[in-house]
Amino acid sequence: MLNREMRDIISRSQKYGWVLEPEAKRLLSLAEIPVPDFRWANSLPEALDAAEDVGYPVVAKIISPAIVHKSEVNGVAVGLENADALTDVFEGFSRLEGFAGVLIEPLVAGIELIIGAKIDYQFGPIILLGIGGTGVEIYQDIALRMAPLSGSDVTSMVASLKGAKLLKGYRGTEPIDMPALIRLVHHFSILVLNLADHIDTIDLNPVMCTGKTCVVADARIMLAEASISIESI
Amino acid sequence: MDFTPLFHPKTIAVLGVSLTNDRHPANVIYNKIHLRYPVEVYPVNPRGGQFQRDRVYADIADIPVRIDLAVVAARAEFVPDILSRCIKNGVGGAVIISGGFAESGRADLQERLVTLARTADFAFIGPNCLGIYAPTRFDTFFLPGERLVRPDPGPVAIVSQSGGVLVDQMVKFAEQGVGLSLAVSIGNKALIRELDMLDYLSEDPATRVIAFYVEGFDKNEGRRFVQAAASVPKPIIVLKSGKSIEGRRAASSHTASLAGDHKVFSSVLAQHGIVEADNEFEMVSFCESLSCYRKKVQGRVGIITVSGGHGVLVTDICAARGLAVPQLSDDTRQKIKESLSASVQEIASLENPVDLTGSARDDDFVAAANGLSRAVEVDCVILLLLPYSPGISSDLGARLSHVFRRENKPLVAYVPHQEKYRMLIEGFELNDVPVSSSIDGAVLMVEALRRCRTC
Repeated sequence: MLNREMRDIISRSQKYGWVLEPEAKRLLSLAEIPVPDFRWANSLPEALDAAEDVGYPVVAKIISPAIVHKSEVNGVAVGLENADALTDVFEGFSRLEGFAGVLIEPLVAGIELIIGAKIDYQFGPIILLGIGGTGVEIYQDIALRMAPLSGSDVTSMVASLKGAKLLKGYRGTEPIDMPALIRLVHHFSILVLNLADHIDTIDLNPVMCTGKTCVVADARIMLAEASISIESI
Repeated sequence: MDFTPLFHPKTIAVLGVSLTNDRHPANVIYNKIHLRYPVEVYPVNPRGGQFQRDRVYADIADIPVRIDLAVVAARAEFVPDILSRCIKNGVGGAVIISGGFAESGRADLQERLVTLARTADFAFIGPNCLGIYAPTRFDTFFLPGERLVRPDPGPVAIVSQSGGVLVDQMVKFAEQGVGLSLAVSIGNKALIRELDMLDYLSEDPATRVIAFYVEGFDKNEGRRFVQAAASVPKPIIVLKSGKSIEGRRAASSHTASLAGDHKVFSSVLAQHGIVEADNEFEMVSFCESLSCYRKKVQGRVGIITVSGGHGVLVTDICAARGLAVPQLSDDTRQKIKESLSASVQEIASLENPVDLTGSARDDDFVAAANGLSRAVEVDCVILLLLPYSPGISSDLGARLSHVFRRENKPLVAYVPHQEKYRMLIEGFELNDVPVSSSIDGAVLMVEALRRCRTC
């Protein structure tokens, strides 16, 4: 079930047709899905405080209801080492269309996965797991299942990827924390079932996996066009 | 909704029989049922009169017995009224052959049929369909009997949205010796849809394998179908068309662009243990294999051949499908070697594939099949039989089938399907060992056993 705060997030996002990244990450964290320690800064002093708080190097991303594809407008800056660098970036972002603040979060590293969802016409909520990053549509190394997923579904999805070897430790790299990934996908599958009437698609890309954690570094939730009013449920 | 009168009628009325046009679909249907099937059939036309030497009933109410099944082949605009008359007169169910409904812009007319039927809890198939083919019992296809290729009765039921695909699939079933329990063309599937047929067939004692040709499901109907399928204790095979309409919309998300309609369809079917056939050829091979065996394999294939070339071909095809062709243990090879005839012992290659060479005789095949059937390193056996090899007799099919009866390890055979090899082929088929007319088909038969959830 969606709690009050989750419903509020969906409700106030409906006018945009999608959920702003900090709102999406808050929604995910309410569903027990790990996200970085992010802050929503509306001014430069807030941004600098936030960066001190989470610790440099940080990632800064434009928050704007007009900008779904942030990197296409240079709205993402990764690996900012200090206040000067962040100040430059903040000033650049503040000139972008629909500026509504900057998201500040620590830089997370790891193997990049994509975890996604779509509401399929014939089969309803579908979960995607694949090798992520910017090349995701080139390699198309993905597995799909109908939600809800069982634990063995997640294991078999991982096993069916060509890149499964990367996840299990390849040429001396550390294997990823598989139980953390399974937990994440499991919680995501429950969230997607609960959101099924309101969403069109979700991309968690990348999800950064290491030997210790799996964290959602970016999240894009596209809402259904004719979403039933959240207040009615 | 009781489907018994639909699929097991004792009395049939054919509505729309023409007194002037003997090629009218209703006349074809009436004639074939009247002349060839063990059911009572009554022609109906509002004008009454005589058809051939039989009385034509002006109204279904005039027929002196209760009608189980009404076959309706009248003009679309008359059909709602006909359906009302059927319901009022206690008819058990209907097949509506007539077109002219949702497929040609008259969704309203079709909706009237559905409303009538639902209100009365009355089952009908169609409209715009061929209806039912129940081997040796009856059929409602408006195709003259002499034009139809008729598969033997057997354990496979097939349900198809398209009548044309259904008839064509029946031709292939007959060619490959796949027996049919029921074939149903559901046409516009206004009332009875795939899910209803799945429910019925899962309980039908004559059906052991359920096959579908699906063009598409309604909203969330696919979800209900796979969820229902997960609890059906019989293998289910689905052939889906419309695979090429991927990526129609410019996707605003990676997931939408990566999870195309067909990719979702395939993945979800596999997730729920439904065997997806990519084409008609796979469909027939899967049906044949799963109608013979209910035994899951991992796909460790032992191969017996008389030709090195065939051994290499089949190994390549297995590899392409991810089936293993494992090395045989020394023990297995020794046991096979000891049981071969002296002349073959020296020249046979006892790797996997086991190449018995052109000198092999029936006894050598049986010996090798026994050896592989008892070897733990393989869990199924492909036999490539080339009957032009002079040591192979017509009895070999039946003899090799007994190896399965004894050892319980699935065997599939490749034999060129030529009339002169008929007895060899029937020796397998009549003993429930599947035989393919191609090497690819034999591998697909193994693939079916690997993918089958209920085996």
